[in-house]
Amino acid sequence: MVKMKTENNNVQAGCEGCAHYNAEGLKKLGVNLNDSDYVIALAGNPNTGKSTVFNALTGLRQHTGNWPGKTVVRAEGAFSYDNEKYKLVDLPGTYSLLSTSQDEEVARNFILFGKPDVTVIVADASRLERNLNLVLQILEITDRAVLCLNLIDEAKRHKIEIDLRTLSRDLGIPVVATSARYQEGIPELIQAIQGVASGQIKCTPRKINNVPKKIMKAVVELSREIEKEFPDIPNSRWIALRLLEGDGRIVEALKNGELVANGQ
Amino acid sequence: MDNNGANRIINLTRELRWQIGEDFHENLAEGIYADASEIAGHAVRREREKKKLRFDQKIDRIVTSATWGFPIMFLLLGVVLWLTITGANYPSAMLAELLLEKIHPFLKGLSAGIGMPWWLDGLLIDGIYLAVAWVVAVMLPPMAIFFPLFTLLEDFGYLPRVAFNMDELFRRSGAHGKQALTMSMGFGCNAAGVVATRIIDSPRERLIAIITNNFSLCNGRWPTQILIATIFIGALVPAAWSGLASLSAVIGIAVLGIAFMFLVSLGLSRTILKGEVSTFNLELPPYRPPRFWKTIYTSIIDRTLIVLWRAIVFAAPAGAVIWLISNIAIGDQSLAAWMIEGMDGFGWLIGLNGVILLAYIVAIPANEIVIPTVLMLTVLMTGLGAGEGAGVMFELDSASDTASILKAGGWTLLTGVNLMLFSLLHNPCSTTIYTIYKETRSARWTFVASVLPLILGFIVTFLVAQVWRIIA
Repeated sequence: MVKMKTENNNVQAGCEGCAHYNAEGLKKLGVNLNDSDYVIALAGNPNTGKSTVFNALTGLRQHTGNWPGKTVVRAEGAFSYDNEKYKLVDLPGTYSLLSTSQDEEVARNFILFGKPDVTVIVADASRLERNLNLVLQILEITDRAVLCLNLIDEAKRHKIEIDLRTLSRDLGIPVVATSARYQEGIPELIQAIQGVASGQIKCTPRKINNVPKKIMKAVVELSREIEKEFPDIPNSRWIALRLLEGDGRIVEALKNGELVANGQ
Repeated sequence: MDNNGANRIINLTRELRWQIGEDFHENLAEGIYADASEIAGHAVRREREKKKLRFDQKIDRIVTSATWGFPIMFLLLGVVLWLTITGANYPSAMLAELLLEKIHPFLKGLSAGIGMPWWLDGLLIDGIYLAVAWVVAVMLPPMAIFFPLFTLLEDFGYLPRVAFNMDELFRRSGAHGKQALTMSMGFGCNAAGVVATRIIDSPRERLIAIITNNFSLCNGRWPTQILIATIFIGALVPAAWSGLASLSAVIGIAVLGIAFMFLVSLGLSRTILKGEVSTFNLELPPYRPPRFWKTIYTSIIDRTLIVLWRAIVFAAPAGAVIWLISNIAIGDQSLAAWMIEGMDGFGWLIGLNGVILLAYIVAIPANEIVIPTVLMLTVLMTGLGAGEGAGVMFELDSASDTASILKAGGWTLLTGVNLMLFSLLHNPCSTTIYTIYKETRSARWTFVASVLPLILGFIVTFLVAQVWRIIA
């Protein structure tokens, strides 16, 4: 942070648009969670550094470890940026949202029922393809997401280059490269979060499309019926997919109206 | 909304499910993979050179190999313990000197100066203060060394390799391979290990992992093991070898704990928790160079101090209890003396004594305070430590002082060995019991998890005592 300050002193004009300039407005609030303006969920595969990103944003020191499955409970923290308060929820890492282990349910239920204003998906830059599996599933649930390509330093060491623009266009959401353990890319990440939270950035998330026609037809038919009942629902396609899979929790949510309880 | 709408949707779902066929799940998963590889194909460019990955694989080939996997595991554990044992001695002695021999008399003098009544002075300074001082002197140095070392290994990425090595053993005992990870957490703290079992999907395997987590020697018990091993096992061999001998004894107990974990898991999965073993994917994360100073800092702040604080919080009231039971007399002797006498018979049967059993009752809140309590009660019973009142924790600045007290209390090699065994095999501390209840939401399973290790402890120490007495 100190280094950024000196940079700013040298340049007087035209900095307002730059993430580093605005990083001055960042206050790490630790566990002070009162009256936040936005709720941000932090999701991603295990061992991609979600907790490190969480710590970088909130200033907390949640213990991080190099093994998959370290975060099993939801951790919460907060930061404020440009006078707006963000509550940050660190979800357990999961490879997918298609099964029903307890950690996957915690993550799935929060994104679906907790209706966060932005879901930040943390991915391991050097294992992008495998991580996209979860990214695509989350994009079926929510249309307000930011992809945080973490561990970009490791990817560079392995000589892996990622075209952020192409990726962002293909996924239809902002993509930010970070190296959270060295605090790199965090200002840019915050700016992307703010953009999506405030509605300045509109996401047009990529939907899963390489599915056999037969299934697609059923999904479309079912999701049309769901939209008829719940006109405001943003993820009818995903609900349809889960219903076809026979997900009991979703059937229950459908019956008790939980899906639209505090709909956006 | 009305329920008709929901029912209509559910009926339509049923109809459609007939049309899409059985392999829906696989088709969907494949579809997602195809999408992912398409998108990644557009955005990722990698040069062919992947030296670093190969380096990772080279390490993995050694540390997860059939031949070297286990020896390396024990070697690393041995190195960590050795550094802890040898490194902790000196600061422990210094802390004991400061807290027990400088500050304690100073406080006594102060209280005498202001004319504090004898019972208040005893309760506060000889009870509460000494218990806390003892816990700090005994616990802080080993924890400040053990936790950062363990955390460094964890950050480096070694723990998943441990899980990989032990997976087959867990599978054979009918448990989940991820239990190796929760077991490792248990070596730090059993309550943390119990919470960590949430990574296990199947309720059956999760229960097994919860019930058997107590067999991981937790950090509250490491110092007990180390001290007793130093006094009784280390003394059996020439001084030059005593460090190695006590180290091996402690590792032996830890390994015995792991063996019990497998046996009990096997027993549970064959009887009351029958079922299929689930398969899972374990990702071996890349080795990451730990950020040394940051790791040291966070592990001292987040783990050491938090655990130490917990120990102090439990030690203070325990100190008061010890002082009270030693000073409240019923008939011609103190409450503590009555209790110790009452339990001595049963204690003898299992190669322990009434003092140890009473200490374990007082120390249910935290394993950390067992040794201080044992010493204090022994002093009380043997009438050592003249010049101090009853219930005063004795001042010790070396293991040999401790040894002379214990030997005066009638301890033998058998007592030492069985205390090490009993420290491994007894009920979890109250924090862990509460955590088990919170995680299982079942009084029955909490009861099983609490009593099972205790029963095992009685059986094992009983058998050892009988065999010992026949042979010796």
